[in-house]
Amino acid sequence: MLELKNISKTLGSFQLQNISITVEAHDYFVVVGASGAGKSQLLELIAGMSLPDSGSITLNGLDITQNKMQKRDVGMVFQDYAIFPHMTVAQNIAYPLQYKNLSKSQINLKVKMLAEDMAIDHLLDRNPAELSGGEQQRTALARTLALDPKILLLDEPLSNVDIRLKYELRRLLRKINKKGIPIVHVTHDFEDAIVLATKVAVIKDGRIIQTGHPTEVFLHPASDFIAKFAGVRNFFRSELIDETGSGLKLAMIKNHPGIHVVTDETPGEGSIIIPASDIFLSNQKTETSARNQFKAQVCEVFPSLEGMEVIVDCGIKLAVLVSRSSVTEMNIVEGRDIWISFKASSVQFIKG
Amino acid sequence: MYKSRYSTFYLILIFLGGLLLLFLVAPLLGMFFKTSGTDLWATANEKEVTDSFLLTIFTALGATVTGAILAIPLSYILARKDFPLKGLVSGIIDLPVVIPHSAAGIAILGFISRDTTLGKAAEFAGITLVGSPIAISMAMAFVSLPFLVNAARDGFAAVPERLEKAAMNLGASPTKVFLTISLPLAWRSILSGLIMMFARGMSEFGAVIIVAYHPMVAPVMIFERFSSFGLKYATPVSVLFILVALFLFIAFRLLLKKKKNA
Repeated sequence: MLELKNISKTLGSFQLQNISITVEAHDYFVVVGASGAGKSQLLELIAGMSLPDSGSITLNGLDITQNKMQKRDVGMVFQDYAIFPHMTVAQNIAYPLQYKNLSKSQINLKVKMLAEDMAIDHLLDRNPAELSGGEQQRTALARTLALDPKILLLDEPLSNVDIRLKYELRRLLRKINKKGIPIVHVTHDFEDAIVLATKVAVIKDGRIIQTGHPTEVFLHPASDFIAKFAGVRNFFRSELIDETGSGLKLAMIKNHPGIHVVTDETPGEGSIIIPASDIFLSNQKTETSARNQFKAQVCEVFPSLEGMEVIVDCGIKLAVLVSRSSVTEMNIVEGRDIWISFKASSVQFIKG
Repeated sequence: MYKSRYSTFYLILIFLGGLLLLFLVAPLLGMFFKTSGTDLWATANEKEVTDSFLLTIFTALGATVTGAILAIPLSYILARKDFPLKGLVSGIIDLPVVIPHSAAGIAILGFISRDTTLGKAAEFAGITLVGSPIAISMAMAFVSLPFLVNAARDGFAAVPERLEKAAMNLGASPTKVFLTISLPLAWRSILSGLIMMFARGMSEFGAVIIVAYHPMVAPVMIFERFSSFGLKYATPVSVLFILVALFLFIAFRLLLKKKKNA
């Protein structure tokens, strides 16, 4: 368990203020924030590359606030991976092992095992310059895991890889986390938080402005900033199934008959996002080209930045953005029944 | 449609560049062609000449090795740390480039002569510094150190700090980080600085002649032959020394290139 208590740090004109977070043993903790919000600085403090002005950091009950970075058992993977260019993949992975009192054959064995776990065992003799971005990242992960870290810090791990690789890397990261290594992952991409996080913290201008379960944070954003930054209200874990073999697929969600999605993704687990502004309300069932139409109940109606926000329940709760005039003209009030519809192509499916 | 690859503008640039190359190469080539093979052979067999060349190479080598031990750590600090008066330190490093080398020689002579603390200490150990190979190395080092420090500093500065941080995060001590990450990655720049320092030291005349006329390094010998016997006698030594220096320079360069390809 990692615990940061009231950490503050001034770096030139920038300040991290009163950061308190708790990362439990099995947490996949995602810190989301715009660039310049202080995400990397936060990781550097945890890793010990800089020391806080005040506050304390404890890891598994031990105070490591003032520990040297070599004596923290905190593994960090940098955004640009920081692969040593003058060493082969194998030498990179072996780097932390040379400080661990191991024999040459033990080191070789461990390097091989880590490389197999990361599916890079065929690249061990390569020079880093010959590797793709994804392969470099796996090398960096293997090298950091060789340290046997008590916690893993990831700085924007998915920002430099192309979309097809993201799915695989997310699965890999989840696998590492499941093995019992807590992960702190900083990102500017809310998608990472939706797909990976067991806990989310939102950071802005050097302050943590909300922490909690991802659903909590995105469905009940504590500030307009988070709502706008997240830009997403309706997201659900789902299982994609392919009934027709065409581009139109069905995303299954608990307590719901399923949502039609247009996607090229292959069937499997993932998350769907239904943009709140793409959902239409009508008083009766209508004949429409939209493939998703459900009867729902209005739960809440309240003003928002863009107009009015209506929360409806059709087995799952959805937020719908409408104009103020629509609310009065259609007489949308809490408790009444209403029909909602949205196009299969406006639903986004993120695999992972 | 195929247009001429070179516009008038580039033709002018090429012409001016050509003039410059001619200016550099013509005097050297002229000297080479004026020297007969038999003269060169005779000179190469003079013990005085070979002794002088060996002295030059070894004193320059000594200056470079000693310089490296002191200059590489300083270069690393200059590349990595900010400290008060850093600008002044950088200025001091560049000082030898701007002061006349004869003046530098005078300064060093004053520093090592028998009535100074350093001179007395050396005397006590049984060494007379003035006129010794040590003094020659010191004069060479004084004027050639900036080349090494600047090259090494640029080399270290080009090593991304993230790699050093990553190594520390992986458990390496600062010394280990320096030896396993910074030094290997900056090595090409450092080696190129070492070659420059060595070449500059070998060809140094002004500072060396003041601290040690004897034993004679090659540049001093060339001057001595010219002033005592004239151009005709100074030329074969000059040609021979240039050949030796060129040979070493090219050999080191090839070594550097090979390392790059490896």
